[in-house]
Amino acid sequence: MIWLNIIIQGALVGGFYALFACGLSLMFGVLKVINLAHGDMAVVAGYVAVFLSPHLHIPGLWSFIVVVPIFGLVGYVLQRTLIQKSIDRDPFTTLLVTFGLSVVIENLLLEIYTANGQTVNIGSLISKSWHPASIIYVSYVSLGVLAVAVAVLGILQLFLSKTGTGRLIRAVADDREAAQLSGANYRHIFGIAAAIAFATVALAGIAYGMMTQFAPTSGGINLLFAFEAVVIGGIGSLWGTLIGGIALGVAQQFGAHINPEYQVLAGNILFLLVLAVRPQGLFGKKTALS
Amino acid sequence: MSDVILDVKDLSVYHGQLCAVDDVSFNLHEGEILAIIGANGAGKSTLLRTIAGLHRTSSGSVTYDGKDIAKLSPNRRVGLGISLVPEGRRLFSSMTLEENLQVGAYHANDGPFSIARVYELFDWMPQRRRQSVWQLSGGEQQAVAIGRALVANPKVLLLDELSLGLAPIVIERIYALVPDIVGHGVSILLVEQDVAQGVSVADRVHCLLEGRTSLVGKPADLTSDQIDHAYFGADLRHSIAPDGASE
Repeated sequence: MIWLNIIIQGALVGGFYALFACGLSLMFGVLKVINLAHGDMAVVAGYVAVFLSPHLHIPGLWSFIVVVPIFGLVGYVLQRTLIQKSIDRDPFTTLLVTFGLSVVIENLLLEIYTANGQTVNIGSLISKSWHPASIIYVSYVSLGVLAVAVAVLGILQLFLSKTGTGRLIRAVADDREAAQLSGANYRHIFGIAAAIAFATVALAGIAYGMMTQFAPTSGGINLLFAFEAVVIGGIGSLWGTLIGGIALGVAQQFGAHINPEYQVLAGNILFLLVLAVRPQGLFGKKTALS
Repeated sequence: MSDVILDVKDLSVYHGQLCAVDDVSFNLHEGEILAIIGANGAGKSTLLRTIAGLHRTSSGSVTYDGKDIAKLSPNRRVGLGISLVPEGRRLFSSMTLEENLQVGAYHANDGPFSIARVYELFDWMPQRRRQSVWQLSGGEQQAVAIGRALVANPKVLLLDELSLGLAPIVIERIYALVPDIVGHGVSILLVEQDVAQGVSVADRVHCLLEGRTSLVGKPADLTSDQIDHAYFGADLRHSIAPDGASE
Protein backbone atom coordinates (compact mmCIF):
# COMPACT_ATOMS: atom_id res chain seq x y z
CA MET A 1 0.00 0.00 0.00
CA ILE A 2 2.92 2.31 0.77
CA TRP A 3 4.25 1.62 -2.70
CA LEU A 4 0.93 2.39 -4.31
CA ASN A 5 0.87 5.68 -2.43
CA ILE A 6 4.41 6.56 -3.60
CA ILE A 7 3.38 5.97 -7.20
CA ILE A 8 0.12 7.92 -6.86
CA GLN A 9 1.74 10.90 -5.16
CA GLY A 10 4.63 10.79 -7.64
CA ALA A 11 2.24 10.77 -10.58
CA LEU A 12 0.33 13.73 -9.12
CA VAL A 13 3.42 15.90 -8.73
CA GLY A 14 4.68 14.57 -12.09
CA GLY A 15 1.62 16.07 -13.76
CA PHE A 16 2.68 19.46 -12.46
CA TYR A 17 6.25 18.95 -13.71
CA ALA A 18 4.94 18.06 -17.17
CA LEU A 19 2.70 21.15 -17.25
CA PHE A 20 5.69 23.23 -16.23
CA ALA A 21 8.01 21.56 -18.75
CA CYS A 22 5.91 21.48 -21.93
CA GLY A 23 6.53 25.17 -22.67
CA LEU A 24 10.24 24.69 -22.13
CA SER A 25 10.16 21.71 -24.49
CA LEU A 26 8.25 23.68 -27.13
CA MET A 27 10.64 26.65 -26.95
CA PHE A 28 13.61 24.34 -27.33
CA GLY A 29 12.05 22.13 -30.00
CA VAL A 30 10.84 24.93 -32.28
CA LEU A 31 13.00 27.98 -31.53
CA LYS A 32 16.08 26.04 -30.35
CA VAL A 33 16.10 28.45 -27.43
CA ILE A 34 16.78 27.24 -23.90
CA ASN A 35 14.71 29.70 -21.93
CA LEU A 36 16.51 30.09 -18.60
CA ALA A 37 13.82 32.56 -17.49
CA HIS A 38 11.10 29.92 -17.91
CA GLY A 39 10.86 29.23 -14.16
CA ASP A 40 10.73 32.94 -13.32
CA MET A 41 7.96 33.47 -15.87
CA ALA A 42 5.90 30.91 -13.94
CA VAL A 43 6.58 32.79 -10.70
CA VAL A 44 5.52 36.07 -12.34
CA ALA A 45 2.28 34.38 -13.41
CA GLY A 46 1.76 33.38 -9.78
CA TYR A 47 2.24 36.97 -8.60
CA VAL A 48 -0.07 38.33 -11.28
CA ALA A 49 -2.72 35.82 -10.19
CA VAL A 50 -2.28 36.76 -6.51
CA PHE A 51 -2.26 40.53 -6.91
CA LEU A 52 -4.34 41.17 -10.04
CA SER A 53 -7.33 38.90 -9.51
CA PRO A 54 -8.59 40.66 -6.31
CA HIS A 55 -8.65 43.91 -8.29
CA LEU A 56 -10.72 42.27 -10.98
CA HIS A 57 -12.89 40.45 -8.40
CA ILE A 58 -11.95 37.08 -9.81
CA PRO A 59 -11.49 34.18 -7.36
CA GLY A 60 -7.95 32.72 -7.34
CA LEU A 61 -9.08 29.47 -8.91
CA TRP A 62 -10.29 31.30 -12.03
CA SER A 63 -7.43 33.77 -12.31
CA PHE A 64 -6.01 31.80 -15.24
CA ILE A 65 -8.79 33.20 -17.44
CA VAL A 66 -7.04 36.57 -17.28
CA VAL A 67 -3.43 35.57 -16.72
CA VAL A 68 -3.06 32.99 -19.50
CA PRO A 69 -4.07 35.33 -22.37
CA ILE A 70 -1.85 38.08 -20.96
CA PHE A 71 1.09 35.70 -20.91
CA GLY A 72 0.36 34.49 -24.43
CA LEU A 73 0.55 38.09 -25.62
CA VAL A 74 3.69 38.79 -23.58
CA GLY A 75 5.28 35.64 -25.05
CA TYR A 76 4.55 36.74 -28.60
CA VAL A 77 5.85 40.28 -28.07
CA LEU A 78 8.94 39.18 -26.14
CA GLN A 79 9.74 36.68 -28.88
CA ARG A 80 9.31 39.15 -31.74
CA THR A 81 11.55 41.68 -29.98
CA LEU A 82 14.17 40.57 -27.46
CA ILE A 83 14.43 36.83 -28.10
CA GLN A 84 14.35 37.11 -31.93
CA LYS A 85 17.11 39.71 -31.77
CA SER A 86 19.27 37.31 -29.77
CA ILE A 87 18.44 34.34 -32.05
CA ASP A 88 19.61 36.45 -34.98
CA ARG A 89 23.02 36.73 -33.34
CA ASP A 90 23.88 33.23 -32.11
CA PRO A 91 22.64 30.47 -29.75
CA PHE A 92 24.95 31.57 -26.95
CA THR A 93 23.34 35.02 -26.94
CA THR A 94 19.92 33.49 -26.29
CA LEU A 95 21.34 31.79 -23.18
CA LEU A 96 22.80 35.06 -21.93
CA VAL A 97 19.66 37.04 -22.67
CA THR A 98 17.27 34.61 -21.00
CA PHE A 99 19.64 34.26 -18.04
CA GLY A 100 19.74 38.06 -17.75
CA LEU A 101 15.96 38.14 -17.97
CA SER A 102 15.80 35.63 -15.14
CA VAL A 103 18.04 37.76 -12.89
CA VAL A 104 16.09 40.93 -13.68
CA ILE A 105 12.73 39.28 -12.99
CA GLU A 106 13.82 37.76 -9.67
CA ASN A 107 15.20 41.04 -8.38
CA LEU A 108 12.23 43.08 -9.57
CA LEU A 109 9.89 40.69 -7.77
CA LEU A 110 12.01 40.92 -4.61
CA GLU A 111 11.96 44.69 -4.85
CA ILE A 112 8.23 44.97 -5.38
CA TYR A 113 6.78 42.06 -3.39
CA THR A 114 9.61 41.26 -0.88
CA ALA A 115 10.78 37.71 -0.20
CA ASN A 116 7.58 36.77 1.66
CA GLY A 117 5.88 33.59 0.50
CA GLN A 118 2.61 33.94 -1.40
CA THR A 119 -0.15 31.56 -2.35
CA VAL A 120 -2.99 31.72 -4.83
CA ASN A 121 -6.01 31.70 -2.55
CA ILE A 122 -8.47 28.96 -3.47
CA GLY A 123 -10.25 28.82 -0.12
CA SER A 124 -11.09 25.51 1.52
CA LEU A 125 -10.49 23.53 -1.70
CA ILE A 126 -6.81 23.36 -0.79
CA SER A 127 -7.42 20.95 2.09
CA LYS A 128 -10.00 18.74 0.39
CA SER A 129 -9.01 15.32 -0.81
CA TRP A 130 -10.28 11.98 -1.91
CA HIS A 131 -9.55 9.19 0.54
CA PRO A 132 -9.88 5.86 -1.25
CA ALA A 133 -7.86 3.73 1.19
CA SER A 134 -6.37 3.86 4.65
CA ILE A 135 -3.18 5.82 3.99
CA ILE A 136 -3.88 7.18 0.48
CA TYR A 137 -5.04 10.78 0.19
CA VAL A 138 -5.49 12.25 -3.27
CA SER A 139 -5.58 16.04 -3.09
CA TYR A 140 -8.23 17.54 -5.35
CA VAL A 141 -5.87 20.34 -6.33
CA SER A 142 -3.07 17.98 -7.36
CA LEU A 143 -5.54 15.77 -9.22
CA GLY A 144 -6.89 18.86 -10.98
CA VAL A 145 -3.38 19.94 -11.98
CA LEU A 146 -2.62 16.47 -13.38
CA ALA A 147 -5.88 16.59 -15.35
CA VAL A 148 -5.02 20.05 -16.69
CA ALA A 149 -1.53 18.83 -17.67
CA VAL A 150 -2.97 15.87 -19.59
CA ALA A 151 -5.55 18.12 -21.26
CA VAL A 152 -2.95 20.75 -22.23
CA LEU A 153 -0.59 18.13 -23.69
CA GLY A 154 -3.47 16.47 -25.54
CA ILE A 155 -4.73 19.75 -27.01
CA LEU A 156 -1.19 20.77 -27.94
CA GLN A 157 -0.60 17.42 -29.65
CA LEU A 158 -3.85 17.76 -31.61
CA PHE A 159 -3.06 21.36 -32.52
CA LEU A 160 0.42 20.48 -33.81
CA SER A 161 -0.73 17.49 -35.86
CA LYS A 162 -4.14 18.54 -37.16
CA THR A 163 -4.13 22.28 -37.80
CA GLY A 164 -2.37 24.26 -40.53
CA THR A 165 -0.65 26.56 -38.04
CA GLY A 166 0.45 23.55 -35.98
CA ARG A 167 1.96 21.94 -39.06
CA LEU A 168 3.82 25.16 -39.84
CA ILE A 169 5.26 25.14 -36.30
CA ARG A 170 6.53 21.60 -36.88
CA ALA A 171 7.81 22.58 -40.33
CA VAL A 172 9.81 25.48 -38.88
CA ALA A 173 11.17 23.16 -36.16
CA ASP A 174 12.23 20.62 -38.83
CA ASP A 175 13.84 23.02 -41.31
CA ARG A 176 13.45 26.77 -40.91
CA GLU A 177 14.72 27.62 -44.39
CA ALA A 178 12.52 25.06 -46.16
CA ALA A 179 9.53 26.38 -44.20
CA GLN A 180 10.27 29.90 -45.46
CA LEU A 181 10.42 28.50 -49.00
CA SER A 182 6.92 27.14 -48.38
CA GLY A 183 5.70 30.65 -47.62
CA ALA A 184 5.91 30.60 -43.82
CA ASN A 185 7.04 33.75 -42.01
CA TYR A 186 9.19 31.93 -39.46
CA ARG A 187 9.40 34.90 -37.08
CA HIS A 188 5.62 34.96 -36.79
CA ILE A 189 5.58 31.18 -36.29
CA PHE A 190 8.25 31.55 -33.59
CA GLY A 191 6.03 34.17 -31.95
CA ILE A 192 3.05 31.80 -31.94
CA ALA A 193 5.15 29.00 -30.45
CA ALA A 194 6.45 31.36 -27.76
CA ALA A 195 2.90 32.54 -27.03
CA ILE A 196 1.81 28.95 -26.48
CA ALA A 197 4.86 28.25 -24.31
CA PHE A 198 4.21 31.32 -22.16
CA ALA A 199 0.50 30.50 -21.86
CA THR A 200 1.33 27.01 -20.56
CA VAL A 201 3.95 28.34 -18.15
CA ALA A 202 1.35 30.78 -16.81
CA LEU A 203 -0.94 27.83 -16.09
CA ALA A 204 1.96 26.04 -14.39
CA GLY A 205 2.78 29.09 -12.28
CA ILE A 206 -0.81 29.49 -11.09
CA ALA A 207 -1.01 25.74 -10.37
CA TYR A 208 2.19 25.99 -8.34
CA GLY A 209 0.77 28.92 -6.38
CA MET A 210 -2.31 26.85 -5.56
CA MET A 211 -0.37 23.80 -4.42
CA THR A 212 2.29 25.50 -2.33
CA GLN A 213 3.90 28.77 -1.28
CA PHE A 214 6.13 30.56 -3.75
CA ALA A 215 8.63 33.40 -3.49
CA PRO A 216 10.56 35.44 -6.12
CA THR A 217 13.33 32.83 -6.19
CA SER A 218 11.11 29.75 -6.60
CA GLY A 219 11.66 29.63 -10.35
CA GLY A 220 15.13 28.09 -10.36
CA ILE A 221 14.40 24.76 -8.69
CA ASN A 222 11.29 24.25 -10.80
CA LEU A 223 13.25 25.02 -13.94
CA LEU A 224 15.68 22.25 -12.93
CA PHE A 225 12.81 19.77 -12.46
CA ALA A 226 11.30 20.83 -15.79
CA PHE A 227 14.64 20.24 -17.55
CA GLU A 228 14.89 16.83 -15.94
CA ALA A 229 11.34 15.92 -16.99
CA VAL A 230 12.06 16.94 -20.60
CA VAL A 231 15.35 15.03 -20.76
CA ILE A 232 13.97 11.90 -19.07
CA GLY A 233 10.96 11.88 -21.39
CA GLY A 234 12.93 12.69 -24.52
CA ILE A 235 13.30 16.02 -26.28
CA GLY A 236 10.61 16.66 -28.85
CA SER A 237 8.06 14.23 -27.45
CA LEU A 238 5.08 15.82 -25.65
CA TRP A 239 3.75 12.62 -24.13
CA GLY A 240 7.35 11.75 -23.26
CA THR A 241 7.43 14.94 -21.18
CA LEU A 242 4.39 13.72 -19.23
CA ILE A 243 5.96 10.31 -18.63
CA GLY A 244 9.27 12.01 -17.78
CA GLY A 245 7.52 14.27 -15.26
CA ILE A 246 5.74 11.33 -13.66
CA ALA A 247 8.94 9.25 -13.55
CA LEU A 248 10.71 12.17 -11.88
CA GLY A 249 7.86 12.64 -9.41
CA VAL A 250 7.78 8.94 -8.48
CA ALA A 251 11.57 8.87 -8.03
CA GLN A 252 11.35 11.90 -5.72
CA GLN A 253 8.55 10.37 -3.67
CA PHE A 254 10.53 7.16 -3.42
CA GLY A 255 13.59 9.06 -2.21
CA ALA A 256 11.49 10.99 0.28
CA HIS A 257 10.06 7.73 1.59
CA ILE A 258 13.53 6.44 2.45
CA ASN A 259 14.64 9.72 3.96
CA PRO A 260 12.99 13.12 3.42
CA GLU A 261 16.42 14.56 2.60
CA TYR A 262 16.73 12.25 -0.40
CA GLN A 263 13.70 13.63 -2.28
CA VAL A 264 15.55 15.85 -4.76
CA LEU A 265 18.60 13.56 -4.83
CA ALA A 266 16.56 10.55 -5.99
CA GLY A 267 15.14 12.61 -8.87
CA ASN A 268 18.61 13.76 -9.90
CA ILE A 269 19.93 10.17 -9.81
CA LEU A 270 17.13 9.04 -12.14
CA PHE A 271 17.95 11.96 -14.45
CA LEU A 272 21.66 11.05 -14.53
CA LEU A 273 20.84 7.37 -15.07
CA VAL A 274 18.68 8.19 -18.09
CA LEU A 275 21.40 10.48 -19.48
CA ALA A 276 23.97 7.69 -19.11
CA VAL A 277 21.90 4.75 -20.37
CA ARG A 278 19.46 6.35 -22.82
CA PRO A 279 20.62 9.88 -23.63
CA GLN A 280 17.80 10.46 -26.15
CA GLY A 281 15.29 9.98 -23.30
CA LEU A 282 12.58 7.35 -22.87
CA PHE A 283 10.52 8.49 -25.88
CA GLY A 284 13.06 10.54 -27.82
CA LYS A 285 14.44 9.67 -31.22
CA LYS A 286 18.17 9.14 -31.53
CA THR A 287 18.27 11.65 -34.39
CA ALA A 288 17.13 14.41 -32.03
CA LEU A 289 20.59 14.36 -30.47
CA SER A 290 22.54 15.05 -33.62
CA MET B 1 8.90 36.91 -77.79
CA SER B 2 6.69 36.70 -74.70
CA ASP B 3 7.05 39.00 -71.70
CA VAL B 4 10.01 38.93 -69.36
CA ILE B 5 8.85 37.68 -65.96
CA LEU B 6 12.19 37.62 -64.12
CA ASP B 7 14.97 40.06 -64.85
CA VAL B 8 18.36 39.77 -63.16
CA LYS B 9 20.70 42.68 -63.80
CA ASP B 10 24.40 43.03 -62.86
CA LEU B 11 23.86 40.78 -59.84
CA SER B 12 26.74 40.20 -57.43
CA VAL B 13 26.52 38.12 -54.26
CA TYR B 14 29.23 37.72 -51.63
CA HIS B 15 29.70 35.02 -49.00
CA GLY B 16 31.84 37.09 -46.65
CA GLN B 17 34.95 37.91 -48.67
CA LEU B 18 34.20 35.45 -51.43
CA CYS B 19 32.41 36.72 -54.50
CA ALA B 20 30.12 33.79 -55.36
CA VAL B 21 28.12 35.51 -58.10
CA ASP B 22 29.95 38.21 -60.06
CA ASP B 23 28.03 40.68 -62.20
CA VAL B 24 25.58 38.22 -63.73
CA SER B 25 22.68 39.36 -65.93
CA PHE B 26 19.93 37.35 -67.59
CA ASN B 27 16.19 37.27 -67.96
CA LEU B 28 13.52 34.61 -67.97
CA HIS B 29 10.51 34.85 -70.27
CA GLU B 30 7.04 33.59 -69.49
CA GLY B 31 6.73 29.89 -70.26
CA GLU B 32 10.45 29.49 -70.81
CA ILE B 33 12.90 26.95 -69.39
CA LEU B 34 16.31 28.47 -68.71
CA ALA B 35 19.10 26.20 -67.51
CA ILE B 36 22.02 27.58 -65.52
CA ILE B 37 24.89 25.14 -65.89
CA GLY B 38 28.35 25.16 -64.42
CA ALA B 39 30.80 23.15 -62.34
CA ASN B 40 30.84 22.76 -58.57
CA GLY B 41 31.31 26.14 -56.91
CA ALA B 42 30.45 28.14 -60.03
CA GLY B 43 27.81 30.07 -58.07
CA LYS B 44 24.70 28.43 -59.55
CA SER B 45 23.02 27.52 -56.26
CA THR B 46 23.89 30.89 -54.73
CA LEU B 47 22.27 32.59 -57.71
CA LEU B 48 19.08 30.56 -57.32
CA ARG B 49 18.98 31.02 -53.54
CA THR B 50 19.43 34.76 -53.99
CA ILE B 51 16.45 34.90 -56.35
CA ALA B 52 14.44 32.93 -53.77
CA GLY B 53 15.49 35.42 -51.08
CA LEU B 54 17.78 33.24 -48.96
CA HIS B 55 20.88 35.34 -49.71
CA ARG B 56 21.22 39.09 -49.88
CA THR B 57 22.27 40.78 -53.07
CA SER B 58 25.49 42.79 -52.76
CA SER B 59 24.81 44.81 -55.87
CA GLY B 60 22.58 44.67 -58.92
CA SER B 61 18.84 44.07 -59.08
CA VAL B 62 16.31 41.25 -59.23
CA THR B 63 13.05 42.31 -60.85
CA TYR B 64 10.02 40.04 -60.89
CA ASP B 65 6.94 40.97 -62.89
CA GLY B 66 8.19 44.55 -63.10
CA LYS B 67 8.75 44.83 -59.34
CA ASP B 68 12.10 45.03 -57.51
CA ILE B 69 12.08 42.10 -55.06
CA ALA B 70 15.67 42.27 -53.80
CA LYS B 71 14.63 43.31 -50.27
CA LEU B 72 11.72 40.89 -49.81
CA SER B 73 11.85 37.87 -47.48
CA PRO B 74 11.65 34.37 -49.00
CA ASN B 75 8.08 33.89 -47.76
CA ARG B 76 6.93 37.15 -49.38
CA ARG B 77 8.44 35.98 -52.67
CA VAL B 78 6.48 32.72 -52.44
CA GLY B 79 3.36 34.85 -52.11
CA LEU B 80 4.29 36.71 -55.28
CA GLY B 81 4.84 33.47 -57.20
CA ILE B 82 8.48 32.43 -56.85
CA SER B 83 9.10 28.97 -55.38
CA LEU B 84 12.41 27.18 -54.96
CA VAL B 85 12.89 23.41 -54.84
CA PRO B 86 16.06 23.48 -52.73
CA GLU B 87 19.18 21.42 -53.27
CA GLY B 88 19.08 18.22 -51.23
CA ARG B 89 15.24 18.28 -51.20
CA ARG B 90 14.97 19.54 -47.60
CA LEU B 91 11.69 17.81 -46.77
CA PHE B 92 10.14 18.15 -43.31
CA SER B 93 11.51 14.94 -41.86
CA SER B 94 9.10 14.53 -38.94
CA MET B 95 6.11 14.65 -41.28
CA THR B 96 4.26 12.41 -43.68
CA LEU B 97 4.23 12.88 -47.44
CA GLU B 98 0.80 14.52 -47.32
CA GLU B 99 1.74 16.84 -44.44
CA ASN B 100 4.71 18.08 -46.46
CA LEU B 101 2.35 18.99 -49.29
CA GLN B 102 -0.11 20.57 -46.84
CA VAL B 103 2.63 22.85 -45.52
CA GLY B 104 3.40 23.88 -49.08
CA ALA B 105 -0.29 24.54 -49.78
CA TYR B 106 -0.93 26.58 -46.61
CA HIS B 107 0.18 29.89 -48.12
CA ALA B 108 -0.68 28.94 -51.70
CA ASN B 109 -1.56 31.36 -54.48
CA ASP B 110 -4.54 30.72 -56.73
CA GLY B 111 -3.68 28.50 -59.64
CA PRO B 112 -3.95 25.12 -61.32
CA PHE B 113 -2.02 23.07 -58.76
CA SER B 114 -3.60 21.50 -55.72
CA ILE B 115 -2.61 18.48 -53.65
CA ALA B 116 -5.09 16.44 -55.71
CA ARG B 117 -3.46 17.68 -58.93
CA VAL B 118 -0.01 16.71 -57.62
CA TYR B 119 -1.39 13.25 -56.80
CA GLU B 120 -2.44 12.97 -60.48
CA LEU B 121 1.01 14.05 -61.60
CA PHE B 122 2.67 11.43 -59.37
CA ASP B 123 0.23 8.55 -59.35
CA TRP B 124 2.18 6.52 -56.75
CA MET B 125 1.69 9.20 -54.09
CA PRO B 126 -1.91 8.62 -52.96
CA GLN B 127 -1.24 5.10 -51.60
CA ARG B 128 1.79 6.32 -49.68
CA ARG B 129 0.59 9.71 -48.50
CA ARG B 130 0.53 8.69 -44.84
CA GLN B 131 4.12 7.43 -44.86
CA SER B 132 6.94 9.36 -43.26
CA VAL B 133 9.06 11.02 -45.93
CA TRP B 134 12.23 9.32 -44.68
CA GLN B 135 10.72 6.01 -45.79
CA LEU B 136 10.69 7.19 -49.40
CA SER B 137 13.50 6.68 -51.91
CA GLY B 138 15.63 9.61 -53.09
CA GLY B 139 13.68 9.99 -56.31
CA GLU B 140 10.37 9.86 -54.48
CA GLN B 141 11.59 12.48 -52.01
CA GLN B 142 12.59 14.70 -54.93
CA ALA B 143 9.09 14.29 -56.34
CA VAL B 144 7.58 15.34 -52.99
CA ALA B 145 9.90 18.38 -52.91
CA ILE B 146 8.68 19.38 -56.40
CA GLY B 147 5.08 18.78 -55.37
CA ARG B 148 5.53 20.88 -52.23
CA ALA B 149 6.72 23.80 -54.36
CA LEU B 150 4.04 23.30 -57.04
CA VAL B 151 1.07 23.41 -54.65
CA ALA B 152 2.05 27.02 -53.82
CA ASN B 153 1.19 27.72 -57.51
CA PRO B 154 4.35 29.59 -58.50
CA LYS B 155 4.68 31.51 -61.74
CA VAL B 156 8.44 31.00 -61.59
CA LEU B 157 9.74 27.65 -60.36
CA LEU B 158 13.40 27.47 -59.35
CA LEU B 159 14.85 23.96 -59.46
CA ASP B 160 18.19 23.44 -57.72
CA GLU B 161 20.14 20.31 -58.74
CA LEU B 162 17.21 17.93 -59.20
CA SER B 163 19.61 15.18 -60.31
CA LEU B 164 21.74 15.24 -57.16
CA GLY B 165 22.25 11.73 -55.78
CA LEU B 166 19.69 10.09 -58.07
CA ALA B 167 20.04 7.21 -60.54
CA PRO B 168 20.00 8.23 -64.26
CA ILE B 169 16.67 6.49 -64.91
CA VAL B 170 15.09 8.37 -62.01
CA ILE B 171 16.54 11.68 -63.20
CA GLU B 172 15.03 11.11 -66.62
CA ARG B 173 11.63 10.35 -65.14
CA ILE B 174 11.70 13.53 -63.08
CA TYR B 175 12.80 15.71 -65.98
CA ALA B 176 10.06 14.18 -68.12
CA LEU B 177 7.60 16.12 -65.92
CA VAL B 178 9.12 19.50 -66.70
CA PRO B 179 7.21 20.10 -69.99
CA ASP B 180 3.96 19.21 -68.21
CA ILE B 181 4.70 21.82 -65.53
CA VAL B 182 5.51 24.47 -68.15
CA GLY B 183 2.25 23.55 -69.87
CA HIS B 184 0.45 24.93 -66.81
CA GLY B 185 1.94 28.36 -67.41
CA VAL B 186 4.94 28.04 -65.10
CA SER B 187 8.34 29.41 -66.15
CA ILE B 188 11.31 27.39 -64.98
CA LEU B 189 14.80 28.42 -63.98
CA LEU B 190 16.89 25.37 -63.25
CA VAL B 191 20.40 24.76 -62.11
CA GLU B 192 22.24 21.62 -63.16
CA GLN B 193 25.65 20.11 -62.78
CA ASP B 194 24.55 17.39 -65.19
CA VAL B 195 25.09 19.39 -68.40
CA ALA B 196 23.47 16.89 -70.78
CA GLN B 197 20.29 16.88 -68.72
CA GLY B 198 20.18 20.65 -68.41
CA VAL B 199 20.82 21.23 -72.11
CA SER B 200 18.30 18.65 -73.29
CA VAL B 201 15.36 20.15 -71.39
CA ALA B 202 16.13 23.88 -71.67
CA ASP B 203 15.07 26.50 -74.20
CA ARG B 204 18.17 28.52 -73.38
CA VAL B 205 21.39 27.81 -71.51
CA HIS B 206 23.41 30.14 -69.32
CA CYS B 207 26.81 28.85 -68.24
CA LEU B 208 28.60 30.13 -65.14
CA LEU B 209 32.31 29.84 -64.43
CA GLU B 210 33.64 30.98 -61.07
CA GLY B 211 30.65 33.27 -60.58
CA ARG B 212 30.82 34.91 -64.03
CA THR B 213 28.82 34.32 -67.15
CA SER B 214 30.92 32.28 -69.56
CA LEU B 215 28.40 31.34 -72.24
CA VAL B 216 24.81 32.14 -73.21
CA GLY B 217 22.73 30.65 -75.99
CA LYS B 218 20.15 28.23 -77.32
CA PRO B 219 21.16 24.56 -77.04
CA ALA B 220 20.83 24.08 -80.82
CA ASP B 221 23.29 26.90 -81.52
CA LEU B 222 25.98 25.66 -79.12
CA THR B 223 28.64 23.05 -79.88
CA SER B 224 29.75 20.67 -77.17
CA ASP B 225 33.26 22.14 -77.44
CA GLN B 226 31.90 25.59 -76.67
CA ILE B 227 30.01 24.21 -73.66
CA ASP B 228 33.03 22.27 -72.36
CA HIS B 229 35.10 25.39 -72.68
CA ALA B 230 32.59 27.54 -70.85
CA TYR B 231 32.00 24.88 -68.19
CA PHE B 232 35.62 24.11 -67.26
CA GLY B 233 37.31 27.34 -68.35
CA ALA B 234 40.16 27.85 -70.80
CA ASP B 235 42.80 27.51 -68.12
CA LEU B 236 42.06 23.84 -67.62
CA ARG B 237 42.86 23.05 -71.27
CA HIS B 238 46.11 24.90 -71.04
CA SER B 239 47.08 23.04 -67.91
CA ILE B 240 46.51 19.70 -69.60
CA ALA B 241 47.81 20.69 -73.02
CA PRO B 242 51.58 21.33 -72.46
CA ASP B 243 52.67 17.68 -72.69
CA GLY B 244 50.25 17.17 -75.56
CA ALA B 245 48.43 14.35 -73.79
CA SER B 246 44.95 15.69 -74.27
CA GLU B 247 45.17 16.98 -77.80
